[in-house]
Amino acid sequence: MKEKFFINARIIDPSQQMDEKGSVLVDINGKIKAIGKNIKKPVSDQKLEIIDLEGNILIPGIVDMKAFVGEPGFEYKENFRTLTQAALAGGVTSIVTMPNTNPIIDNVSMVDFIIRRGRDKAAVNLFPCASLTKQLDGKLMTEFGLLSARGIIAFSDVTKTVQNTETMARIMNYASDIGVLIMQHAEDYELSKNSCINEGEISTRLGLEGVSPIAEKIIIERDLSLLSEYPCRYHINQVSSRHSLDVIKINKDLGKKFSVGVSINNLSLNENDIGDFKTFLKLSPPLRTEDDRVALVEAIKNGLIDVIVSDHTPEDEESKRLPFAQAATGAIGIETLLPLALEMYHNESLSLNKIIQTLTINPSKILKINKGSLAVGCDADICIIDLEAPWVVKADKLKSKSKNTAIENRKLQGKVLKTFLNGELVFNL
Amino acid sequence: MAVTKNTSAIKSSPKHLLGIQNLSILEANKILEEAKFFIKLNRSNSKKLDILRGKTQINLFFEPSTRTQSSFDLAGKRLGADVMTMNMSNSALKKGETLIDTAMTLNAMHPDLIVIRHQDSGAPNLLSQKVNCAVINAGDGRREHPTQALLDALTIINRKGKIEGLKIAICGDILHSRVARSNIYLMNMLGAEVNIIAPKTLMPSCINKLGVKSFTDMKKGLDSCDIVMMLILQNERMQGSFLPSKREYYEYFGLTSDKLKYASKDALIMHPGPMNRGVEIDTKLADDINVSLVKEQVELGVAVRMACLKLYCK
Repeated sequence: MKEKFFINARIIDPSQQMDEKGSVLVDINGKIKAIGKNIKKPVSDQKLEIIDLEGNILIPGIVDMKAFVGEPGFEYKENFRTLTQAALAGGVTSIVTMPNTNPIIDNVSMVDFIIRRGRDKAAVNLFPCASLTKQLDGKLMTEFGLLSARGIIAFSDVTKTVQNTETMARIMNYASDIGVLIMQHAEDYELSKNSCINEGEISTRLGLEGVSPIAEKIIIERDLSLLSEYPCRYHINQVSSRHSLDVIKINKDLGKKFSVGVSINNLSLNENDIGDFKTFLKLSPPLRTEDDRVALVEAIKNGLIDVIVSDHTPEDEESKRLPFAQAATGAIGIETLLPLALEMYHNESLSLNKIIQTLTINPSKILKINKGSLAVGCDADICIIDLEAPWVVKADKLKSKSKNTAIENRKLQGKVLKTFLNGELVFNL
Repeated sequence: MAVTKNTSAIKSSPKHLLGIQNLSILEANKILEEAKFFIKLNRSNSKKLDILRGKTQINLFFEPSTRTQSSFDLAGKRLGADVMTMNMSNSALKKGETLIDTAMTLNAMHPDLIVIRHQDSGAPNLLSQKVNCAVINAGDGRREHPTQALLDALTIINRKGKIEGLKIAICGDILHSRVARSNIYLMNMLGAEVNIIAPKTLMPSCINKLGVKSFTDMKKGLDSCDIVMMLILQNERMQGSFLPSKREYYEYFGLTSDKLKYASKDALIMHPGPMNRGVEIDTKLADDINVSLVKEQVELGVAVRMACLKLYCK
C-alpha cells in the first residue's frame, strides 16, 4: 500500500477537539502518521498517493453500536457481505453486531463461528455482542469471562429485557467484578404487553395497544438503583422518551457512571409518521411524541445521551406486509445513519462536532476500542462527506439485503463520498 | 320501483368504507339518506331488489360475529347480490396463509365487494391496498366499526329527527371499543356533543383529543344527555384485570333507571350488542320499549348496510 496524503480537507475529529482545514497523512501500514493544519507534503516519494478533498469533510469512520446481521439463521434478511456494503456506503467502519441470531450467540463455539465468518466475509471492523442471558430468556447469565476472552465486546439481550430483578442484580454484580459491558434494552413486559406503538392519541386513533413510556422508565430506574450497589459498565441501548431522560439526569447528577444510546429513528421521526399503519415504522422502542423527540435531541446536546445508533434491523417484506400488530419490528438504517444525523446539523438542532462525537469517539470510549479517532497512530478508518449534497432516500437504491427503511423518500442533505478502512479505499461514490 | 334510477356511486370518495375517520360529512349524509329508503323497503312485503344483481359480495369474517355478519348477509341478498360468507376463524389462515395472500386469492374470483371483520386494527386498510373491489370494514380490532356508527346515527335521526345539537353519552369499555371510536367521529361530525364515561382503566389515553369530554362519574357525564349509548364489558375484563369486580362496575357504571334520571327527561338508550344484562345495563331497562332503541338499531342496521353496499359497489 502506498502512503496516502489527504489534502484540502476540513478535518473534524472530536477526539482531538479538532475542526480545521488541513491534511492527513496515512502511512503504509494504514495508520495515521500526521494530522492537522501544517502538515508538509512528505519529501518526494513515488509511493505517495495524494487525495484532494476540495474542502469536503474528513471524519473518523463511524462506530455503530447496534446493528443486526442475519448470520447465522437469517441470511435472507442480511448477511456479512451486504451489511458491509451498506455500512461502508454510510461511512460506518466499525459495527457492534447483535446476538439474536439463530442459533443465538450465547456460547463459545458460536463466538468462534461468528468471528471466523465475519473475518472471511465482512470487510469492516466487527465487534460481536453475546447475549446477556442464555437463549435470551432473561434467566441464566452467559459465560461473561470466557466469551469476553474469545472476543465478545459486550453483552445484550437486544430487544429483550431481563425482567427478574434478582437475576439482573446478580448479572450486574458478577459483571462489575470482571469488567464486561452490559447493554440493556429497557422495557417492562407487564406494562408493554402486546404493544408496538406509543400510548397516546395515535394509538387511540389507530386502535392499537399502546406502550407507555413508563415501561422504559421503570427498568432504567431499577437498573440504575442496582448500579449503586453493583457498579458495572452499564449502557442503556436506546432511550425513547422524556420520562427516561429525567431519571437519567437525576442519576448522572448523582455521579453514577453509565452510558446512554438513542436510535437515529427516535431522533428524526415521531409517532405521527406512522400514518395509516406504516409497518416499516413499527420499531422497538416505539416512536414517541414530537415532545419526546425534541427532548432526545436536547439530551444529546447537553450530554445526557452519549451515542446515536442505527438500530439496523433488516426484515424481509413478507414479515412487514401484515396487519400492524402482527408485523415484524424494526427498520434498516446503517447506510442512512450519518446522512440522517446530519439533518440535525442542517436544521440547527446540533453542532456538527456533537453529531460526529456521538457517532465516533463516544461509542469507542464506551466499548473501550481503539476506534473513532484520527489521532496519530490510530487506524486510518476515514469517512469523507460532502456536507451539502442533496439526495432522496430510495429503498431499492440502498445496499442492505432487506429494504425496510423507515425514511423512504426522505430528502436528505449530506452524503458519504468515500470510506477508507485502514487506509484502503473501500467505498467510492 | 323508485330505486331503479341509478344512484351513482359516491363521487370523488375513496372506493372503500374503512372508517368514519376517512369519511366526509357529505358521504355520511348520503349513506344515511339512502338508508332511509331501505327502512321502508325492509318493512314492506316485498323486500327484494335487483340493484346488485350479478354482483358478488364476499363476507370475510376473521372474528366471530352474529348480528353484523347476518346483517351484511341479509343486506346483500335483499339487494340481489350473490353473497358468500366465509368464516375465517378455521381456514387457511390457520395454515399460515397471510391476510394478503387470502386477499389475492379472493380477488382472483372477481368479487365486487368484500366485507371484512378482523381482530387486528388496520387489517381492512391493508386489504384495500391489494384488491380491486370495494372493501367495507365490518369492524377491525379496536379501531373502527363504521356501519355500526352509521346505523346508530340513523336510529337517532329516526327518533329525534336530527343529530345536530344533541348531547350523546357513550359509556363503558371505551378502551377496547371500535364502536365507541366510530361513534365519536360520526356524532361529532354530525354536530352532536359527545361525552365519554368510563372507569380510568377503560379510558384510552388522550381521548379528549378526539373532541369529546371525558367523565368517570355517571352523574356528571349523563347530565342533560339526549342519548345514552352503553357498550359491552367483556367477561375477562371484569375480574380484577381492569376492574375489581362485576358488582363494583355495575354499581358505578351500570345503567339503571335511577342513573338514567341524570340524563335528559326524554333520553333514549342504545346498545350495539351483544348485551351483558345486569353488568352494564339493567335488564328491565334494556327491554323497556319506551326508552330502549336496541331492537330498532338491529332493524336499521340492515338498511344502513344496504345503503353502503349499494353506494360502494362499482
